[in-house]
Amino acid sequence: MARIVAGIACSHVPAIGVAMDKGTTETAYWRPLFAGYEPARDWLAKLKPDVAIVVYNDHASALSLEIIPTFLIGVAAEFPIADEGFGPRPVPIVEGQPELAWHLAESLILDEFDMTIANEMPVDHGLTVPLSITCGQTDRWPFPVIPICVNVVQYPPPTGARCYKLGQAIRRAVESFDQDLRVVIYGTGGMSHQLQGERAGLINRRFDTAFLDGLTGDPVALSKIPHTDYMREAGSEGVELVMWHVMRGALNDEAREVYRHYHVPASNTAAALMILDNEGTA
Amino acid sequence: MSGSKDYDDIPGTYVYDSRRGRQGYALNMFCMSLNKAENRAQFKADPGAFLDRFKLTPEQRRAVLERDWLGMLKVGGNIYYTIKIAFCDGLTFQDVAGMMSGVSKETYVNMMLAGGRSPEGNMYGPTACNPPAPEEDA
Repeated sequence: MARIVAGIACSHVPAIGVAMDKGTTETAYWRPLFAGYEPARDWLAKLKPDVAIVVYNDHASALSLEIIPTFLIGVAAEFPIADEGFGPRPVPIVEGQPELAWHLAESLILDEFDMTIANEMPVDHGLTVPLSITCGQTDRWPFPVIPICVNVVQYPPPTGARCYKLGQAIRRAVESFDQDLRVVIYGTGGMSHQLQGERAGLINRRFDTAFLDGLTGDPVALSKIPHTDYMREAGSEGVELVMWHVMRGALNDEAREVYRHYHVPASNTAAALMILDNEGTA
Repeated sequence: MSGSKDYDDIPGTYVYDSRRGRQGYALNMFCMSLNKAENRAQFKADPGAFLDRFKLTPEQRRAVLERDWLGMLKVGGNIYYTIKIAFCDGLTFQDVAGMMSGVSKETYVNMMLAGGRSPEGNMYGPTACNPPAPEEDA
């Protein structure tokens, strides 16, 4: 059977991708952030997962306000890189894993999660920046990817508790797949940030620290944070953190934190990277 | 049903909910069109003619043409969409964030380097968001 071997929580700030694409990661501004990514890259390279499920939000790239799926899964064999308004990032095309993706889609729907299914979809920085952060610059991503999009652009996003339960359903679906695959799941977005309005630039280190601690301390309680609390305390776009609960719900209760990196600022955002080891736990 | 919301007292924040969704659809779909290079070129070449393709209100049109970033939010703009106009202009999120919060780019960047805008005093009420102090108008 397939199994989930690790969870990765990762902010997906577009400027991080730009810094990598333009080769400015060694500047004084960016070096502290990127230095903190290196141990995680090493850890993931040793883990060698067979496939990654990346939970992220599309930023008006593949999806617009015309049709707004709350949860969507990409089942394609490949996903091109989106033009988000400044040309596509110069990163490799993202290869999919259609067999597992279709199995997930069927399992999740029959498990009462009404997924939208995407046969064709470009992917934007929400997905590619976490891959760049954890895999570095490459001509080919080291594993195929199954994108799962969560709406956080049109209020309301799904609740954190619903996202956590989706994660639990993803785990059941993965474990009912008959091939012996080792799967890593990413929850992306966050942490505290506000991109809009007179309050742009809000950062709440205390909130973020408590949130990171809560991922291992009491993830079920953490998943019950109301949307208004995220928006008020962690910034209007801090509500992207609901996507981390999908990742956390897919792991064992006893998953262990093996790496944490937190840095302010990455452009307007508090950027974090956490690895949760799911092996050898129940 | 639409009424007031428990997040309406978050200062300096424009939650893109059903109220703004109904108001801002055409404006944001114009922004979406800027994902295509040919549309960016046409918008740059003749902004007024390009905007004629979309059913913007006069105030939405003014806000776009004058690059009134805060004004766009007030007439239904969604930041994930309106930022595409900034990308088209060669601006970054930090440039726009500074303009929306009424400070120079340098002031804004320095605030972020110092740890960002504090949540203290900025979580309740319509008129907070003060630090850093807005610069004097020339």
